[in-house]
Amino acid sequence: MKKTRSFFMIPYLAWILLFVLAPLILILYQSFTNSAGQFTLQNYVTYGTSWVYLKMSLNSFWYALLITIVTLLISYPTAYFLSKTKRQQLWLLLIILPTWINLLLKTYAFIGLFSQTGSVNQFLTFVGIGPKQLLFSDSSFLLVASYIEIPFMILPIYNAIVQLDPALVNASRDLGATNFQTFRKVIFPLTLSGVKAGVQAVFIPSLSLFMVTRLIGGNRVITLGTAIEEHFMTTMNWGMGSTIGVILIVMMFIIMFLTNDRKKKHREVMADEKETL
Amino acid sequence: MKKKHFSTIYLVLVFLLLYIPIFYLIFYSFNKGGDMNRFTGFTWQHYLDLFADQRMLIIVLDTLLLALLSSLIATLVGTMGAIGIAARKQKKVKSALLTLNNVLMVSPDVIIGASFLILFTALGISLGFGSVLISHIAFSIPIVVLLVLPKVNEMDSSLINAAMDLGATRWQTFSRVIVPFIAPGIFSGFFMAFTYSLDDFAVTFFVTGNGFATLAVEIYSRARQGISLEINALSAVMFLFALILVVGYYFIEQYSQSRRKRKSGKSTLGTEVMLP
Repeated sequence: MKKTRSFFMIPYLAWILLFVLAPLILILYQSFTNSAGQFTLQNYVTYGTSWVYLKMSLNSFWYALLITIVTLLISYPTAYFLSKTKRQQLWLLLIILPTWINLLLKTYAFIGLFSQTGSVNQFLTFVGIGPKQLLFSDSSFLLVASYIEIPFMILPIYNAIVQLDPALVNASRDLGATNFQTFRKVIFPLTLSGVKAGVQAVFIPSLSLFMVTRLIGGNRVITLGTAIEEHFMTTMNWGMGSTIGVILIVMMFIIMFLTNDRKKKHREVMADEKETL
Repeated sequence: MKKKHFSTIYLVLVFLLLYIPIFYLIFYSFNKGGDMNRFTGFTWQHYLDLFADQRMLIIVLDTLLLALLSSLIATLVGTMGAIGIAARKQKKVKSALLTLNNVLMVSPDVIIGASFLILFTALGISLGFGSVLISHIAFSIPIVVLLVLPKVNEMDSSLINAAMDLGATRWQTFSRVIVPFIAPGIFSGFFMAFTYSLDDFAVTFFVTGNGFATLAVEIYSRARQGISLEINALSAVMFLFALILVVGYYFIEQYSQSRRKRKSGKSTLGTEVMLP
């Protein structure tokens, strides 16, 4: 039996070696090379001393933070009210359905909505504000990114709320706590694990949504993901691209350390949801 | 009562927000005018264009083939990996394997794409269908492992011993006892791997090269050139496809749930279904 089991593991172990360890080592190695393939620390020096790169990283971090806050503010009440409805499974499927529509299509919809003579501008003209430049602005990027991320924030929070024992809430009310006190002292602390999972699921992908910045933000919004894409696909400076990649990986570890419950990303949230249903 | 109204209104607003962009796309796919600004009349023309677009049809078929192949292979490797991990006795080895398993689940898509691109270049693998297929298999394996592993852990080892005692060969024990028991995990793993592959854009974008495109990559390059209502028609078709999948999934689940309930004689509680 032991032999059979080891035999089972061969393809899987080969996968770990080739597609988990090797890529990480390669991106780290690449970040220490210049375009001629020689070892150098130059990429990190450039990154650390160039205002452009530092500003871009801070911006990217700031945008991801804003997106996370906006989605959290919208999603927490949604998840809470959702847990109180009848036919929860149906509602939940309605939340999941948009995540099955390809992200590019959803982004594309906003190109139409936000264009110079698009529906949003027609509405703005109708109410007397007049047409505005909506596409290729910071706020449109924030809006579209938040729109895409909302379901991934709702689902983990919802899971945490339905696991909350209603007896605790009743006990708190019986003991004379107001609704707000109950929320602040009982409900929110006990569902914090869901919030943390949601923050992870939204924050990390928000650092790397390069397709949305390209299509909606024009070239005004540059995030870490956009910079990596540009260095790899356009300017072909893989060394610098890898350096930014390493920075992104470090940021990811910081976020995971701060929200240390469990590591989750879109995919895991979706997978959890499939298990739940 | 007032509170109830507020929560319903809030939920309806959020759902409107989630669905308006999608319905907006679908609505204008019937527009006679060429843009998404003014609806000038009803037409099926964009759907006819879509179904006459050879290049698009080939891309759709390629995308489906890619999803099917990658999810099949990922399910195979992932299931074997899950069985292997579950068989490890030492706790440390187990958790180390699981940590490595989760690396690709948490890393951002750009990192996966960029590092795979470096890997393929280092190994001298040319970019195209092959490299995209390998990447999709690679990023789908961890989720299969995560979905199959709980099922393997749930399995009672006396089941295997009983099969062996009754004279089953190793292969028979595997195919007649282990696989049927963990089948639900294998199916959900396959299903998730399929969805990942269909949904992916960023990783594919990095490793696809010039000759080969998946649907997501094609939409990206067309959207960069501006609005084409053929994409709207395509999104309507894809929405319908997703809707059928979701509704079908919902009813199958409801059906099997009520059967399970009837068998075990428990009362049907709607909310119970949702608890993991």
